[in-house]
This record gives sequence, C-alpha cells and structure tokens, in this order.
Amino acid sequence: MATIYVDGKTYEVNPNNNLLHECLQKGIDIPYFCWHPAMGSVGSCRQCAVKQYKDENDTTGQIVMSCMVPAADGTRISVDDEEAVEFRRSVIEWLMTNHPHDCPICDEGGECHLQDMTVMAGHNYRRFRFKKKTYINQYLGPLINHEMNRCIQCYRCVRFYKDYAHGDDLDVFGAHNHIYFGRHEDGVLENEFSGNLVEVCPTGVFTDKTLKEHYTRKWDMTTAPSICTHCGVGCNTIGAERYGSVRRILNRYNGQVNGYFLCDRGRYGYDYVNSEDRIRTPMMRQENGELESASKELVLNTLKEALKSKKNIIGIGSPRASVESNYALKKFVGSDRYYTGLSDTESKLVDKIIGILKNAPVRSPSLKDIRESDAVFILGEDVTNTAPMMALALRQSIRQEPLKLVDMLKIPRWHEYAVQDTLQQRKGPFFIASVTGTKLDDIATRTYRAESDDIARLGFAVAHILNKDAPAVKKLNKEVKQLAEVIAGALKKAERPVIVSGTSLGNEVIVHAAANVAAALSKEDRRTNLSYIVPEANTMGVGLLGGGSIGDAIRGVKDKKADTLIIFENDLYRRANKSNVDSFLKHFKHIIVVDYMQHTTTQRATAVLPAGTFGETDGTFVNYEGRAQRYFQVYYPEQEIKESWRWLRDATLQAGHNDFKEWQNLDAVVGAINREVAAFRKINEAAPNSRFRIAGLKMSRASARYSGRTSIRSHENVHEQKPPDDPDSPFTFTMEGYSGIKPPGLTNLFWAPRWNSVQALTRFQEEIDGPLRGGDPGVRLIEPAQRFSFSYFTDVPAAFEKRNDEFYTVPLHHIFGSDELSIKAPWIGELAPKPYVLLNKEDAGVKEYNEGDEVEVQLSSGTWKLPVKISDSIPAGVIGIPAGLPGLETAILPGWSTISK
Amino acid sequence: MTDTDIKYLLPEIPELHKIEVYEKEGGYEALQKALAMKPDDIIEEVKKSNLRGRGGACFPAGLKWSFMPKNSERPKYLCVNADEGEPGTFKDREILEHNPHALIEGTLIASYAMGVTTAYVYIRGEYVKWMKLLEDAIEEAYAKNYIGKNIAGSKYSVDIYVHRGAGAYICGEESSLMNSLEGERGYPRVKPPFPAQFGLWGCPTTINNVETLANVPVIIKNGAEWYLKIGVEKHPGTLLYGVSGHVNNPGVFELPTGVLLTDLIYKYAGGIRDDKKLKAVIPGGSSTPILRGDSIEGVRMDADSLIEAGSSIGTGGVIVMDEDTDIPKILERISRFYHHESCGQCTPCREGTGWMEKIIRRINRGEGTMKDIDVLRDVADNIEGNTICALGDAAAWPVQSAIRRFRGEFEAKIKMEKTVAA
Ligand SMILES: Cc1cc2nc3c(=O)[nH]c(=O)nc-3n(C[C@H](O)[C@H](O)[C@H](O)COP(=O)(O)O)c2cc1C
Ligand code: SF4
Ligand code: SF4
Ligand code: SF4
Ligand code: FES
Repeated sequence: MATIYVDGKTYEVNPNNNLLHECLQKGIDIPYFCWHPAMGSVGSCRQCAVKQYKDENDTTGQIVMSCMVPAADGTRISVDDEEAVEFRRSVIEWLMTNHPHDCPICDEGGECHLQDMTVMAGHNYRRFRFKKKTYINQYLGPLINHEMNRCIQCYRCVRFYKDYAHGDDLDVFGAHNHIYFGRHEDGVLENEFSGNLVEVCPTGVFTDKTLKEHYTRKWDMTTAPSICTHCGVGCNTIGAERYGSVRRILNRYNGQVNGYFLCDRGRYGYDYVNSEDRIRTPMMRQENGELESASKELVLNTLKEALKSKKNIIGIGSPRASVESNYALKKFVGSDRYYTGLSDTESKLVDKIIGILKNAPVRSPSLKDIRESDAVFILGEDVTNTAPMMALALRQSIRQEPLKLVDMLKIPRWHEYAVQDTLQQRKGPFFIASVTGTKLDDIATRTYRAESDDIARLGFAVAHILNKDAPAVKKLNKEVKQLAEVIAGALKKAERPVIVSGTSLGNEVIVHAAANVAAALSKEDRRTNLSYIVPEANTMGVGLLGGGSIGDAIRGVKDKKADTLIIFENDLYRRANKSNVDSFLKHFKHIIVVDYMQHTTTQRATAVLPAGTFGETDGTFVNYEGRAQRYFQVYYPEQEIKESWRWLRDATLQAGHNDFKEWQNLDAVVGAINREVAAFRKINEAAPNSRFRIAGLKMSRASARYSGRTSIRSHENVHEQKPPDDPDSPFTFTMEGYSGIKPPGLTNLFWAPRWNSVQALTRFQEEIDGPLRGGDPGVRLIEPAQRFSFSYFTDVPAAFEKRNDEFYTVPLHHIFGSDELSIKAPWIGELAPKPYVLLNKEDAGVKEYNEGDEVEVQLSSGTWKLPVKISDSIPAGVIGIPAGLPGLETAILPGWSTISK
Repeated sequence: MTDTDIKYLLPEIPELHKIEVYEKEGGYEALQKALAMKPDDIIEEVKKSNLRGRGGACFPAGLKWSFMPKNSERPKYLCVNADEGEPGTFKDREILEHNPHALIEGTLIASYAMGVTTAYVYIRGEYVKWMKLLEDAIEEAYAKNYIGKNIAGSKYSVDIYVHRGAGAYICGEESSLMNSLEGERGYPRVKPPFPAQFGLWGCPTTINNVETLANVPVIIKNGAEWYLKIGVEKHPGTLLYGVSGHVNNPGVFELPTGVLLTDLIYKYAGGIRDDKKLKAVIPGGSSTPILRGDSIEGVRMDADSLIEAGSSIGTGGVIVMDEDTDIPKILERISRFYHHESCGQCTPCREGTGWMEKIIRRINRGEGTMKDIDVLRDVADNIEGNTICALGDAAAWPVQSAIRRFRGEFEAKIKMEKTVAA
C-alpha cells in the first residue's frame, strides 16, 4: 500500500498501478481514452493529464499523464488544477476538430465515451473554423461497420486487435493527422474476436453491423444479464431487446470468466432467437398428418392421455436446456427413464471428465486462471473453434513466463509499450497436439500433428516422464519421445501450467492422457489446472445431473415399454445415427417435443410446445469449469413461450399429477434441485433469487430513458396496460424499479453518472480489472476433493495404423458453422465454410484426387458428397469433416469411412 | 576564447575521408589510446571534457554514457544518429563526406567505453550518397581491423552496421529511431523507461549524434583539459554551424562555441545579400525560437547564451532572413513541415500542428481574424511540454516566438484584409 495525495485528499493505493487506474478506482473522474485496464497504458491520447508536484512545497508542478505515472508512495497530484483542466479541455478540443458531430445518426449514440469525455473535459465551444478531413470507409464483413470519420486516433482498436487478440489484418496507416485505422484493403476481418472492437472503440468508428439490421436506440432496449448459449465456456453477456426481438449482445464483465471480451460467435450468434425457424406457438399433429398451430388449452388437454401414466414415459433432456428444465424432466419421468440427451460419445467423455475433476489431484481453471498460466499443453483441441474465449485467454498466457523479465527489470506491467519492447518475441511455453492445423499455432512453441490415439500417446508419454507411476508408452518413436521430454521439461519448470483437452475429437484416451499429465504435475500443495472443453452451454450441467445417453435410450427402449416420449430442446438426429433415431421414434405413440427451434426431430413430433431461448426464459447453465451461472429472461414474449419445465408443470398438472403443483416460480425449482441433487447444493448461490430487492425495489430491465413504456402496445389497446409480472426474477420488465448499480449477477447495463458507455464498468468493479463489487457471479460446483482417489489411467492406446480401404474420420470444428444455434444468424451463416472433406496430400495422391474434386464419403450415419480439400498437416489415413454445418449435422463423428469418386 | 582556426572536424586536409590519409594525420591513435584505458576512465574523461550532444538538446555526453548499466547480461547498443532531418541543418553530412573516420573512431571509443558490441548508424533516407561514403569508410576500417573481432590487437570486438531510414523526420528522435530499427512504426516511446535501461530490442542503448561522436577522438587524444579550452567552458569544442538563408556565403563553418552570431552572419557567411537589413534569425535549426534581427547584438552561439537570448543553440543551423522576408509566410512553411512530420501518435501534436498550419495559411491568405492569432498562440501553448516527444515543442516554439516577436506582421495581414474589404 502507498499513500498518494490528490487535490489535498489522502488516498491509500496500490503502488503497482498507475495514477489513472487508482484515481478511477477511488471514484475520481479523470477523462481518458487510450488506457484500457486489460491492455494497459500507452500515453497517446493525453486526455488523462493531471498536475504533479514534487513535494508539498512545489506550487508550480508539472503536467503529467496520469496513466503513465505509477501511484508511488508520496505522489502528489491535482486533477482540478487550472492548467491541467485547461489542457484536458484542449485535448478534447483537438480530438473534436475533425470529428463529424454526426451524433444523431451515429450507432455509438447513447453509449458514447467520446461524448462523455467531451462533457467531462469541458469542451463546449468550437474554435476550429476549417473543413474537416474525411476518410473512405471500408467493408469489413457482415459483423462490423466502419465509419472512419469518427475516429479520434486513440489506438485502442489496433492495440486490442493486434496486441491482445494477435490479429494481423487490422492496422494503423498513414502519419500526422492523416491516420487511418482499417485493413490494407476492404475485406472481412479475419480475427474471431473482431466484434470486441465495437466495445473497445470509444467512438462510432467500429459499431455492431447486425444491430443496424434492426436498429434501436440504446436506451430503448430492455436488457438482462445473460449467459452465452454458443459453446461450453459460458461467457457472461447482456441480451438486449425491443419489440419482441433480440437486437444485440453486449459483453458482461466477469473477472473470472470472459473479462472484457466475447468471441464473434457469442456476440453475433443471437439472431437465432429472431429466426423464422422459431417455434412460437403450440402445435399438434392433425389427422392429415400435418403439424399445425393449436391453442395451448387444446394441446394440453390432448396431452392428458399421453401423460397419464409416468411409467409409459421416457424423457430426453438436452445440453442446451437449463439445469432446471432437465431436472424437472428427470424428476417427473424418474432417473431410469431420463436421458441427458448427450450422444454416446459425449456422454461417456463428460462422465469421465466430471469424475476426473472431482477425484483426481487436478483443478478446473477459470478463464482468468488460464490467462495467468505460464505454460500450456493442449491435447486434441482446436480451441479457437471449440471454446473461442478460452483461446483468447490462452493467448494471454504466453506473456506470463516472459513477464518475469519485465518484473525483474522493474517495468510496471501496465506500461504496455515498454513491456512489449522488453518482451520482444519472447513467448512462454505453449504446446499443441492436434489432428490438423489449429488457430493457435501462431503462438505455439511446438506443434504435433497426429491422429487422436497418437495425441493421447504423446500425453501419456509426457505424464510418464513427469512421474514414473504413470504408465509408459510402448513403441514410441524417437521424435515423439524427444518432444515429450521437451514438453515435460517446460511444464515442470512452470509455476502455473495448464493442460487443455476436451471432447471435440470424441476420444476417451485423450481425456485420460490429459488427466495423467495434470496429475503427474500436481504436488501436495498445488493442483494442476486441467481444463476440459465441452461443446455446449449446459453440457456440464446435464453431466452433473446424470443420466444415460441418447444411445442408452435407443438401446433400452424395448424393455421400457413406453409409448410417450418427451424431448426437451434437442434434435436427436444431430447426436445419433439417423436410422437408429428413426426406428427409436417409431416406438412411440406420443412424441412431445418442447423446443424453440424447428429441426428434424420436431418434424417427427406429435405435439410441439414452444420453449424459450435465453431471450424469453431464465435458467442456470454450468460451464466447462463447473461454474453454475444464471441467465435472466430479457423480455416478455407476446406468444405462449415458456420454460420447458413450465410446460411440463402445466401439462402434468392438467394430466392430474401433482409433482410440480408447488412450483410457482424458478426459485421453487432451484430450491428443489438444491435440496435433492448433491452436485447442485450450491446452485442457489448462482444468483440472487426473485425476492431480492434494493430499497424495497425490484431491478429495472429497461433504462430510465426508455421510450414507449405506455404506448408500445397502444395500437392494440389505448388504455395503459399493466406491465407483465416476472415471478422468476427480481427484475421488472420496465424502467420501474431500481436502476443504480446492481449486484454482480444482476448487472444488465453498465452505466454510472457521467459514464454512459461501457467504460462505466470501473464503477462496478471491486478492483479495476479484478472482481465485480460483491464478487464475480456464478458458483463453482466442482472443487478439487480434499483427499483424492486417483490412479493413473493405464489404457495407453496402440499407435494409429492407417487402413487400406478406410479413413478414420474426425470432426473439424468451426467457430462459424459448427454450433447449431448461431448458424441461424444470417451473418454467421455467411462466414461459415462450405462443407468439405480434408484429406492428406499423400492420400489424395494415391487416390488421384485434386483440390475441389467432389467425392462421396460414406459413414455409418450416412453418405455425403463433398469437395476435397488437401492438407499437409492432417495425418495420412485420417480425414476431417466440418462438424455440424448445415447439411452435415447428421454426420456422427468420429468414425471410419470410405471415400469414392 | 581560443583560436577560431581550430578545426578538427573539418580540417582542410585533402582526401581525409581515405583511411590512409586519416591515419597519416594521427587518426585511430585515440582509439589505440582508449583501448589501453579502462572503460570507466574514458567515460570520466568525456565527462570532464563537458562534451555536450550536438543533436539538439546539448545533453552532456559523458553523463549519458554513464547511465549505461555496467554489468548487463543483455547486450548493449549504440545508435549513431545520422538522420539529420531538422530544416536548416546540414552539418552531419559534411562529417560523413569529409571526415567519416572521425565518426567511426568516436563510435568505436564510445562503444568500448560503454561495453557495446554492436553499433548502428541510422542514416537519413535521402542521404544515399553519404551512406555510400560512410559504408566505404566502414569497409576500410573493417579491412584494417579497427572494426570487427579483437580490434586493433585488443580483446574487444565490435560491429558497426549502417541502416538507412525511409525519410521520416520523426525517426531522428531517439526512441523513434530505435522503433524504426526494430522494424516497427517510427513512433517515439514514452519515457521513462529511458534508453540506457530499455532501448533497442529492450536492451540498454545510447543514442548520439554524428557530430557528438566525431568530437570524441580529439578529447581522448588531447585530453579533457585541452578540449575545455576551446570555446565556452560549459559547452566547449567547435561546432559545425550551418548558415543558410539570405547570406552571401552560405555553408558550414567549423568554429568554437560562443562565437558571436553577428560574426557568423557578417564575417563568415559574408553578410546579408544585396546589403539588405537583417530582419530575423533562427539560430539553431527551424525548431528553435526565431530572434529579431535587431536583438542579436552581442549574442553568442552556445547553449547558455542562446537560452538567455530567448532561443536555443539546437543543431547550430542558422537561418538568416533579410528585411524583405514575410515572417508569417516563413512560419507557414515551418509549420507545414512539423505538421507533415508529426508521427500522429499523441493528440496535441497530431491535431495541433495541422490546426496551426491551417490558421497561419489563412492569415497569409488574408482571411484571418484577430482572434486567430490568439487561438494560434493558445494551441501552441497547449502543445508545448505536453507531448510524447519533443516534436510537439519543435512545432510550438517557432509559432510562439514568431507571434511574440513579430505579432505586428500577423496583425497587418489581417488588418489589410479588413481595409480592402471595407
Ligand atoms: C523530432 C525530433 C527529431 C530529431 N532528429 C534528430 C536528428 O535528425 N539527428 C540527431 O542527431 N538528433 C535528432 N534528434 C535528437 C535525438 O532525439 C537525440 O536527442 C540525439 O540524437 C541525441 O544525441 P546527442 O546527445 O549526441 O545530441 C531529434 C529529436 C526530435 C524530438
Ligand atoms: S477507430 Fe476507434 S479505437 Fe480505433 S483509434 Fe479510432 S477511435 Fe480509437
Ligand atoms: S467463447 Fe463460447 S461462451 Fe464465450 S462468447 Fe464465444 S461462444 Fe459464447
Ligand atoms: S509529439 Fe508528435 S511526433 Fe512526437 S509522439 Fe507525439 S505526435 Fe508523434
Ligand atoms: S489515457 Fe492517459 S494518455 Fe490516454
């Protein structure tokens, strides 16, 4: 701790931070642009100037940039000093000389940091009497709009894009006051995190292009804290709505999870909520065989018979449905008749993963832990495509080891360019073993390309080197052995290594190998971080709840004598062979599907009930880490759209079952889970319950400036209608209620007096760049056991042997395209690759295939005609097919296939 | 004050740029002497000599060298600043052309003193001819083992590389120069940290001007005592004064520090052309504050004297302007230069320089207002001292001084317009 003096007042501060950081921390307003807590200081905008004095006798002082001066003990500054005030005014005046002042049509409007700073720095009279310079804007793809004229040259965009996210197609061009931020030519921004420019840029240069498609002023949107639904990372988001459609997604800071950023899948995938494929009304299969809309009453009445006897019912849940809905289904049909909805492979792997995380001497890390890791070993995952934000976190880890040099040389870590000058090209140890090239290869110390069993063998070998108790690998070739030595050596030297693996290759032995490595690295006082990537928002949730796989359901159906099937939010055809699903469904007289999207399975339903997306419902998801996180309904839907558990409650009540009679709201469901499922004993800590109030008030979803509160429905009824009630959460659907700083899990808007942009975030943090005030939301459900019971996995596979007539076929994941939901957003669809089959050069040579040739790939789940893509890196005997792309959803991978022309 | 005939940078010796001639004249003896000395003693000697940087800031060279860490595990570097971009300055190229081995010898002594094993000469992009000349000289010195492994029979090894810039004035600023050498954009770095701790590739680095280093051999050879007697004690040695503008005999003159500015103009540069009256002088390169012609009586050319006179010695580039000179026009040209050369990193300079240029141009066009002068002054005042590098100051000083000392000329342009309009 150090003491500093600001305008005569004394403050206790952390001397490792700079003055700007510490002043903002103490609630002192200093305007700034270029500083960003995640990206440090560079001193370029000069907006944060203050007066610094040598000692108490110094009355003249000197203007300094507060972001560039350490908050060292005894520092004396004045923010209010006349000269400092005048200089700050002149900085904003300069920045405004060429600014177009096009606020009324600017997409930044309503949350513009430049506006805030202009007011804060006191520039209100224009003295610049010249023409403004103008720029040509660029086409940057479907996600981001570019309007260079609004730029104030703060350099934040390139600092994020290049320095933080390691993108290389956005840069700064030109010199003097003709500085241009953009690409070398028009074109889609290539980096998977480009959407963050929208929030990083303090002006309207980079804005959300998808919001433009259905523009609404920022203050006219209803917002709620949400959780991203597009992968297993569970980034915290804010969903925003107007007129019944979701308009955009913003980042919601969580110090332990996504921090300041989101991936582009997460930010832009939301439009599935507004998709034409949505199910918005109850539907019944008619005599003519067609599914047609019907009233809720009619459908529920008809379902009475189907639901009469629980013994006749089988329930299949889903990794994209909430814990609450899955739990309700499981409770109603009983453990032996509930299936998680995971595929066979996923189910097996997830069970394994949970077992390992609970019992092995390892710990599942948060993204923050990953960002702070100082050595990385990835087994089998193309992380950028399977858990994008984890990849961004991993990218930060390469700095950790070299930062020791920075510390040794006493360079403050926030002094970004000095840090970069010192680090130069130094990178911490980073190893990737994967089937083919990954999007993290550019930062890797070494990469290893091999079939998944061989990847596992490398892992097993590393573990054996680290600890002789772990099994040895037989017949390992020399190169791999050497590589294993190098990896083991680097991991051993590290203080905070992380091992990353996951389910994406569908190979159990990789999961085992990763566990062995992590366990072998653990010491008495240190559990090694072991991060398993799982595919969907609630894969871990259903895993913890427990239940059989879809395959189990299919195989067991004959013994169960069931004639009613309830499916929650799941397209079975994506997870099991088509023929098996077809024959499985034939066993049932009643197939009730509760879902929000139409898909192959809903087409086979006898009744369909409209479930809600994150936009219309509340619930809890458990992310890869084992962190339970609550998402809150964003808006009140006009149609009969409800949580799956609510439909089950209503339908079963109607059918005469009283199981859920007491379930009036979400709290009741959460309470039941809390009481009944050991793994979820802490689930109620994920967020405040519906009775939470501040000063007796509910929390407002709409901002204080929301327009149309009383008139939005006046075309239906001129009388003011009572706003709908929300029994499930402490939120109102309107601007009524508490609109100040809400507790961490309930933040739906970053706003503070004088701070209308996301920069208001500093007011929400306990510590800038640290946890939110009151702690980062979410609760970890899996902590390492005090005493562990672990014996090393011994199932070291034999080396992969290619077959003559068959290819081992692995799924290749794509950030844009592989996710069932985000692909429904047209702009994500535009970025998704076309289907293809990836083939090794050698194999292509033998087969005499050329790039682009169309071939037929025959898997047990079907046959596909695909153009050939030739690769140097995929091992011979292995081919890859993009996972989940439209047209390929039903390819069940991995598996063996044959190819012919 | 000593003999104005002392010339060690540009002595009148034919073919001095050839190593044989240089050696014959006693060249590389200082290096031999230095290699027999303890590095710290060399630094002490240079400190004692009061040698001050010739790149514009007059920073004591010995002191700068002493900032370099002694026991560094990381490599140390010396950068020779041959970017010579300041308008009105054309002295370093004379050394490169006529006495390159003095620079090389000085570089070697400095490198040895600081424990540097690699030196880079960063040379202005337009100096193609001078780069060739320097490279030839370096090649000669390599051939004679003054540069390279175990130089001149010692255990010390050092390499010198020449790197050509791409024509940006800002790359003459020391930290920008290092970024440029690293292949980055030529953006100045925020200090601290200082180059002696974190310079080139994050390693300890010293940057010196060509002329500064070319002074080193004579100091080592003849000793600090000898050197202190040349010119003004607090800023001793000879300077290469580059006189340009409305004089009869423009050129580079090697004279001791402290020479009278009037002597420089009237005696050495042959007086004002057509016997016109002197209106103004910029004494140290275009960034130094402009002086009124009627205020230079008795003003001497050294660091302290010029500060007292309200300007700065800068790089010793004297720009002389006669009575016909249109000061606002001159200022427009100067401001255009600094605007154009602003790197664009920090706000005051990036935005302020362009704005200043625009206002001055408008005044020159006769479209200015009285208020413009105040705004101009205000912009300049807010730039000064508040930028990342000194280019901001360099842009502000000419404006501030021109308004302060020639306000009438600006007002006249504005009033003239008013009367014409009326
Ligand atoms: C904008 C700018 C341009 C500069 N250009 C040069 C230059 O061309 N040559 C030079 O020697 N110093 C130049 N300098 C000064 C250098 O930053 C540095 O102070 C100098 O090279 C140090 O050498 P010295 O101590 O030997 O004078 C420039 C400074 C600024 C701010
Ligand atoms: S585009 Fe935005 S982030 Fe980039 S420099 Fe301009 S204002 Fe800053
Ligand atoms: S990483 Fe996953 S959870 Fe996070 S924003 Fe991207 S898709 Fe969503
Ligand atoms: S003062 Fe000018 S040249 Fe120097 S860093 Fe700032 S913008 Fe660049
Ligand atoms: S925030 Fe300090 S200079 Fe930009």
